[in-house]
Amino acid sequence: MSSTHTTATSGQKIWGGGNEPMKAEYGKLMMWFFLISDALTFSGFLTAYGFMRFDFEATWPVAEHVFTHFPGIEGDQPLLYVALMTFILIMSSVTMVLAVNAGHEKKQNAVSWWMLATIIGGAIFLGSQAWEWYHFITGDKGAIELADTRVLKVADADGHVLSFSQLVHGEAGHASNHDEKFTTEEVFSAIEANPSIVLKEPGKSGKTYTHSESLTYLKGAQAIQGANMHRNEYGHKQFANFFFFITGFHGFHVFSGVVLNFILFYNVLMGTYERRGHYNMVEKIGLYWHFVDLVWVFVFTFFYLV
Amino acid sequence: MSSNTHPTGTGWIWKVFWILLAVTFVEVVLGIVKPAPLMVQIIGTSLLNLIFVGLTLFKAAYIVMYFMHLKFEEKSLQYTIYLPLLILVPYLIFILLVEGASTYGA
Repeated sequence: MSSTHTTATSGQKIWGGGNEPMKAEYGKLMMWFFLISDALTFSGFLTAYGFMRFDFEATWPVAEHVFTHFPGIEGDQPLLYVALMTFILIMSSVTMVLAVNAGHEKKQNAVSWWMLATIIGGAIFLGSQAWEWYHFITGDKGAIELADTRVLKVADADGHVLSFSQLVHGEAGHASNHDEKFTTEEVFSAIEANPSIVLKEPGKSGKTYTHSESLTYLKGAQAIQGANMHRNEYGHKQFANFFFFITGFHGFHVFSGVVLNFILFYNVLMGTYERRGHYNMVEKIGLYWHFVDLVWVFVFTFFYLV
Repeated sequence: MSSNTHPTGTGWIWKVFWILLAVTFVEVVLGIVKPAPLMVQIIGTSLLNLIFVGLTLFKAAYIVMYFMHLKFEEKSLQYTIYLPLLILVPYLIFILLVEGASTYGA
């Protein structure tokens, strides 16, 4: 890139995208502008999430009590799984930079290997997200939805949240219900039978009720497990809606990124960019892929950490 | 411009990777341990949450400046990208969080 400022004398080159404002190639500039608008979209989602969370603080779930599963480990493992997902996405961002770097040096072979690694990283991330969604939808401990649609957790005398499995089976129960389904009658009779069982709001500033107060709340209430768009056992229904929408929208970006990366990978193998004389397309798609990683860094913080 | 000196080799890529990994590790450890001294409440949230936000912005800056290469672009391009986001996003956050907190319980 020796002559980046094209003068008006070569008019044809200007219309062909030859004029480079801010010394950035046309496609790269447009990718940046798209990413600005996309960043504002995600900002809108995440701040809307913050609004709802501030608004419904008492019944808004605490993320570390929601995302507690890790493959192959029984019991509560807060943050570990999502930390692994973050690591996978950062790693695939690194392989993308290495691909762009190899592209600048016109090493076709190296670009194709790093692109393949990036595609695999993206695919693993998508698989991890599917696993996370599966467990979110199936549910963990279960909860009571009151007649006024508030969601309350079942807890023991010390305020520890009990799963339906622990509530109904006692010592033999698991910390997570897994795939076992409980009827409202089973759950309610277990609560009524044990005077140390209380109901509490799932939020950080949520109230804990006494056993007798809890019994009055059971009128017209139902036991719920898992999550969908209408209700979820974790707390306020907006929580699940935001989870599905924000991680879903991000996941769709990852999916699009994997598709774009695959098209790129195919073209690298076919020698398209060797014939073109430059690997600028790898850089442009690379910007998009890093942006996907960037958004995840924020989703990780505001959905899982804070 | 002076900032356009692009790093060569792949050493810098791995350096940024280790920084991002280390910060994520610190975040996860803090998130699991939740040290009591960091749970003090300031400006509507805990000190720990503010540290999380700070570390997140730190990671974001590294991704944008190095992985997305923005540090080595023209100054005008840098401002074109940074300014709209740095003005609009804090404004949006301010408005919505203040509004959310004041409608709490309403």
